[in-house]
Amino acid sequence: MSDVLAITDHRRGELRDVSYEIITAGRDLADETGGDLHLAVISGTVDEFAEKLDREGVDAIHTVDYGEEFNHGVYTQTITQLYDELAPQYVLAPNSVNGLDYAPAVANELDLPIVTDAVGLETDGDTLGVTREMFGGKVETATELEGDAVVTIRSAEWPAAEGTGDATIEAFDVEIDEDALGSTVTGFEEVGGGDVDISEADVLVSVGRGIEEEDNIPIIEELADALDATISSSRPIVDNGWLPKNRQVGQSGKVVTPDVYIAIGISGAVQHVAGMKGSDTIVAINTDPNAPIMDIADYAIHDDLFDVIPALTEEFQ
Amino acid sequence: MMKILVTVKEVATVEDEFEIEGTSIADQYLGSDLNEWDDYAVEEAVQLQEAGLADEVVTVTIGPEDCEQTIRQALAKGADRAIRVWDDALEDVDVLDVGAKTDILGAVVEAEDPDLVLTGVQSGDDSWGATGVALAEDLGFEWAAVVNHLEHDLEDGVASVRRELEGGVEELTDVGLPAVLTIQTGINEPRYASLRGIRQAQRKPLDVQGLDDLGVDAAAVEGAVTLTDMYEPESESDVTVWEGGAEDAAGQLAELLREKGVAP
Ligand SMILES: Cc1cc2nc3c(=O)[nH]c(=O)nc-3n(C[C@H](O)[C@H](O)[C@H](O)COP(=O)(O)OP(=O)(O)OC[C@H]3O[C@@H](n4cnc5c(N)ncnc54)[C@H](O)[C@@H]3O)c2cc1C
Repeated sequence: MSDVLAITDHRRGELRDVSYEIITAGRDLADETGGDLHLAVISGTVDEFAEKLDREGVDAIHTVDYGEEFNHGVYTQTITQLYDELAPQYVLAPNSVNGLDYAPAVANELDLPIVTDAVGLETDGDTLGVTREMFGGKVETATELEGDAVVTIRSAEWPAAEGTGDATIEAFDVEIDEDALGSTVTGFEEVGGGDVDISEADVLVSVGRGIEEEDNIPIIEELADALDATISSSRPIVDNGWLPKNRQVGQSGKVVTPDVYIAIGISGAVQHVAGMKGSDTIVAINTDPNAPIMDIADYAIHDDLFDVIPALTEEFQ
Repeated sequence: MMKILVTVKEVATVEDEFEIEGTSIADQYLGSDLNEWDDYAVEEAVQLQEAGLADEVVTVTIGPEDCEQTIRQALAKGADRAIRVWDDALEDVDVLDVGAKTDILGAVVEAEDPDLVLTGVQSGDDSWGATGVALAEDLGFEWAAVVNHLEHDLEDGVASVRRELEGGVEELTDVGLPAVLTIQTGINEPRYASLRGIRQAQRKPLDVQGLDDLGVDAAAVEGAVTLTDMYEPESESDVTVWEGGAEDAAGQLAELLREKGVAP
């Protein structure tokens, strides 16, 4: 009752980075509970995945060779059966779009509490402490719960596990009730293509909801022209149809690493930051000195973009 | 014809400058709003009704009387009637966790018996992002998380959706009904309520139910998760703040861009 079961993530033949990060998070917890770290690899080329996942700190890897791609029903059935077999204290899953498609179902089926999007974890063996954000990252909270739990972890918060391990790799004998699989994946589509690739730009002038109206977008365009830079944006600008999808930076858009990223009226929600935190120099222009973007910015202007941007454009005309 | 239930939450919003008192933000810095994701869920339901695929759209909200204004917003946008669940037992609950919400909403779904439940992907304040899927599992419904497109035909009891994965990849999935879909922003363009809609909303039924009415045990809503601390996150960078007004600051930024050789 002190083991940790961590679920790995892959898509279209590739393990996702969070699969190595969850090893680190799981190992840290298992060290505190004094238990073993088990990994589950479900669907796809599981043997190949298992070999890659056999890194330092992993005690056992359970493979389930069933289907190619993610199906939440298969995941939910497999994880609940693994839970019954292994009786772990904590089940860790990635807080990815797919993680959020099965982890709540697993918790509910097993009658366990769930805490999502953890950025920090600690346990004394009885009480689990989970650090998470609220209000789009404006505050952090400490939460606690007793006993067994399901936790999803935020990506890029724990370092990836390294080295080579000596885990036992074993096929888990799962029984999938096919009649209970009520959804079918019929395909994938890449969106956000087109003539511009914002990930190639040296300077990005990136606009967020602070711009207020579509009619105000030209002041950003004028700045981009003056700087010979490329325009990108946060999600709401694309959701509103003010800029095309290929301009969106973030988790569901593009990952960019320009020399300079100028965030204009962007709060810095985690899903946005995931796409731009690797930029060389980050400049934030925001009226809110407490906006989360300030935590990763190198330079900041705490002022109204409608005053700052025209003045900046003028500098280059 | 289908009946659609939409979960609608009034979320807390925080002012730019705020103070923390204990484990919450001091009242005077808090505002409230219709959860951004739920706005899209309401719109999707109303559009399904306008397309002739649904004959009733019902909203359900867990919250005190204060949030009726937010509920009326959803009614003004076209929902037919609303249910609000509140109880003295909920008054003292510090964190209404996923399990507690699932119990309450599950009881409402059982009473209403909809074909389709739409929730937001997450709420903007506590961002659990888990209630819709937990609810589906609890009810024995099918589900799909982070849906950014729904085909408006729903033939043969199947909903064809797109799930928005990371990195600009969308997954095409067929989901059997009844189902819970968690709705992502951008799936549609939420309307502004018309004046007529706002007037009509005042007369639409808004039914208030307690835990007893729903047959939910008060102990079940206490939840497993407790909040022990709240604080402002530590900065990861050493940020240089340019002061002296917009023009001066713009001048400093221009200088930096020139220094880096990225501007003319
Ligand atoms: C599954 C999922 C995937 C997501 N994927 C992405 C993604 O890929 N990319 C993405 O960006 N988001 C994504 N999001 C959404 C994300 O959570 C945020 O909602 C979004 O990033 C907020 O955009 P914003 O910063 O422009 O708007 P807001 O958070 O509303 O911030 C606006 C900012 O503008 C400032 N402001 C207002 N007026 C002015 C002014 N006059 N001058 C200067 N500043 C001003 C405000 O202080 C505020 O900080 C995703 C969410 C989910 C749940």
